[in-house]
Amino acid sequence: MDVETVGEVRVAILPARVDATSAGDVEGGFTQLLEAGARSLVVDFGGTEYVSSAGLRVFLAVLKSLEKSDGRIVLCGMQPFVADVFAISGFSALFEIAAAREDALALFA
Amino acid sequence: MTAAESGVGGAAVERVFDANVDVIPGVIALVAGEAGAWGLHPRRIMQLELAVEEAVVNICLYAYEVPPGELLVRIEAGDERFVVELIDEGVPFDPLTVGEPDVRAGAQERGLGGLGIFLARRVMDEVAYRREASRNVLTLAMRQA
Repeated sequence: MDVETVGEVRVAILPARVDATSAGDVEGGFTQLLEAGARSLVVDFGGTEYVSSAGLRVFLAVLKSLEKSDGRIVLCGMQPFVADVFAISGFSALFEIAAAREDALALFA
Repeated sequence: MTAAESGVGGAAVERVFDANVDVIPGVIALVAGEAGAWGLHPRRIMQLELAVEEAVVNICLYAYEVPPGELLVRIEAGDERFVVELIDEGVPFDPLTVGEPDVRAGAQERGLGGLGIFLARRVMDEVAYRREASRNVLTLAMRQA
């Protein structure tokens, strides 16, 4: 998982698929970020065409962890299929979701 | 269990996989390829992939005791329905009896049980389970493209 830094905010760039095969690696990437002290996270779904419950599991764990440590996470760049999965599962009500990365970053300004 | 021994008849594409989550990309590639040839819309193909992944994960985790067995994937591309059957010889396991997640729960209370099958049932046109002889048969179907 690629990560960029914009001021205090770490931007995680997800792979094309976050599924049963890749979720472990994605989780590992987030664990590294959190253990390094990241508390302001943007997760960029711009290049992500597919998410399954394995992926949702990881995002929920990151959300729970950040809530406990007073951090904040904003998701952005969702393509229609991914947005549908978040909507169907009710996860769209759990997360702050912005349209584009700039919109997500603006929330931390 | 070979495809010939599965007992299901008719013209269909069948392939046997090991029942472990490593086979998911192979199962998805098979199903997506047949669905594309049938003319299923690309977004619906992704929904089908999702349902297949979630179903295979459930089967691999719950339907088998150690050591893991085999999963038969049977695809029937009919005139009006594109049907995927996932057939295994594991312990009787009906994934449709797993409770639905509370989609309105907040993050800290939110459990994940049942989420995969819940997603599969929401995106597929049809999801059905039957126990046939010593086999679990999970049927996923999309209606006409």
